[in-house]
Amino acid sequence: MSDPLLRVKDLVRYFSIKGGIFSREVDRVHAVDGVSFEIAAGETLGLVGESGCGKSTTGRCILRLIEPTAGEIWFAGRNVTALGGEALRALARDMQIIFQDPYASLNPRMTVGAIIGEALIIHKLAKTPREFEERIVSLLETVGLSADHMRRYPHEFSGGQRQRIGIARALAVSPKLIVCDEPVSALDVSIQAQVINLLEDLQEQFNLTYLFIAHDLSVVEHISNRVAVMYLGRIVEIASAHDLYTRPLHPYTEALLSAVPIPDPEVKRQRIMLQGDVPSPIRPPTGCRFHTRCPIRELPLCSTESPPLKQGADGHWVACHLRG
Amino acid sequence: MAGSTLASPTASAPRAAPDRARHVSPGLEAWRRFRRHRLAVASVVVIGLMIFAVLFGPILWPVAINEIDFTARLQGPSWSHPLGTDDLGQDILARMLYGGRISLAVGLAAMVVAVVVGTIIGAIAGISRGSVDAALMWLTDLFLALPQLPLLLVIIYLFRDALKELAGPEVGVFVLIVAVIGGFRWMPVARLVRAQFFSLREKEFVEAARALGASTSRQVVRHILPNSLGPVIVAGTIDVAAAIIAESTLSFLGLGFPPDIPTWGRVLYDAKDYLDFAPHWALFPGGAIFLAVLTINFIGDGLRDALDPRKVM
Repeated sequence: MSDPLLRVKDLVRYFSIKGGIFSREVDRVHAVDGVSFEIAAGETLGLVGESGCGKSTTGRCILRLIEPTAGEIWFAGRNVTALGGEALRALARDMQIIFQDPYASLNPRMTVGAIIGEALIIHKLAKTPREFEERIVSLLETVGLSADHMRRYPHEFSGGQRQRIGIARALAVSPKLIVCDEPVSALDVSIQAQVINLLEDLQEQFNLTYLFIAHDLSVVEHISNRVAVMYLGRIVEIASAHDLYTRPLHPYTEALLSAVPIPDPEVKRQRIMLQGDVPSPIRPPTGCRFHTRCPIRELPLCSTESPPLKQGADGHWVACHLRG
Repeated sequence: MAGSTLASPTASAPRAAPDRARHVSPGLEAWRRFRRHRLAVASVVVIGLMIFAVLFGPILWPVAINEIDFTARLQGPSWSHPLGTDDLGQDILARMLYGGRISLAVGLAAMVVAVVVGTIIGAIAGISRGSVDAALMWLTDLFLALPQLPLLLVIIYLFRDALKELAGPEVGVFVLIVAVIGGFRWMPVARLVRAQFFSLREKEFVEAARALGASTSRQVVRHILPNSLGPVIVAGTIDVAAAIIAESTLSFLGLGFPPDIPTWGRVLYDAKDYLDFAPHWALFPGGAIFLAVLTINFIGDGLRDALDPRKVM
């Protein structure tokens, strides 16, 4: 990777919990706590982890939909975290997002044409009404819908079709990077495959770069070049998709992968059952965040020192004292 | 891979034709739902008739409202006086047709004032958060905590004469009463709009607009406000009813319009001393107020059901 399209460095986002009479900060949720990664142009980075580990917060911080507490985000040589005002709004032309819930992500009172065309109006991308309409029709056709859909309202569409509308909206500005925030987890399995394939075709067609957030490991394996695993606000392992799935190093990744069902009743696999629940992100464990549930921990090392994300062979990064 | 992307449009193609027949805008869809609400539709007819009556009634029933006839005092309903007469022998139907204009106009105008003021304050509070929000909500709570009726009486007592001189007795009092009633009824709307803004602001479609680079005003005007107006329209219809009652209360207490303008509340006030001998005198204006308030509330009910997209009908 010579010059990555997106570089996230030590990204931190805390959410304050206010209480008391004067709304002082009494506690903070460590949603994202020192996340760093890079994505090369044209690549897909999968970001997996269980609910509440900070995946979506990371994705929204990159678009500045949520303001990062600390850290840097570099996009194509620009420091995104330092942008403000007009420059920040112009950033929308380079980065877009596809949402999880296709029912909540489309304004119920706007026609599909108005939803897709909004970006064209905001960024003045169409000079004449005719060009405006043509652009919307071509976007609809790109995502597998037809021109006569543009005068309809979102409630007239199925979940999969709505997700296509969301994708067309994101494509309207011809972005370079799209953050896909669990784009298929709200869809039926049969529709999931269609949307995943659409995303892959679009990537090829428009040379898109994806940050693909999901909790479904098999979907991520299918679409990603590289995969990052998050646990309690930190990345514990990054490797190429093939490497991660065949040779996981971090015990958390091992446990996650052992939970993926294999569609073959003959194959028996040892399930790694983790003890206990995910600790609260308000008071994350000291040292390695996973040490409270880790089957291979060595105390007191793991509970006192936080393991850095170290690079192993072939760009396989892992944050563990005992592995890698 | 490319094959499966194509699979979807072909799969949805057979469905496209029947879909086109159902292609309706949210407005038409709401009207379709509203029509199923029989009571609300009946209420529209009734309130429509009342509005028609007060607008064109004086032409169809050309009896002067102040024609005194002592030979026909306190008469019950008859052919010459369908709703009877009062203690001066004045025709109650003519007086109610004339006064109904004012009662209904006050109700509608006060509702508009309440909804506009409430929406603006609620929207500003809902979008700005922090100290602006806190200050506006304190103001709202303050207005809610004020004892309304005594304050209404004091304000009208203080300003009635000044406005009468400025704009004439009828217009002046009308403006004053509308402003005062509307000015004391915007708080529920403001709270409603603020709550709507709080929940809608976090919705993904608003986040999507922000991700597209939409300015705050665009997010509000195009995305948040249109989606928050459903409950406001409903609250507005209920405000019409409340304003009609408030005006009647003021007139009943003798502090509304001048005594010679027979609004429904005023007619009721004049009738109260004669309840024993002439119950019809109080019954008809009371019934008119009751019917107007009831039908408007039913319409509000129907609108709430019609405008709630989650409700399957």
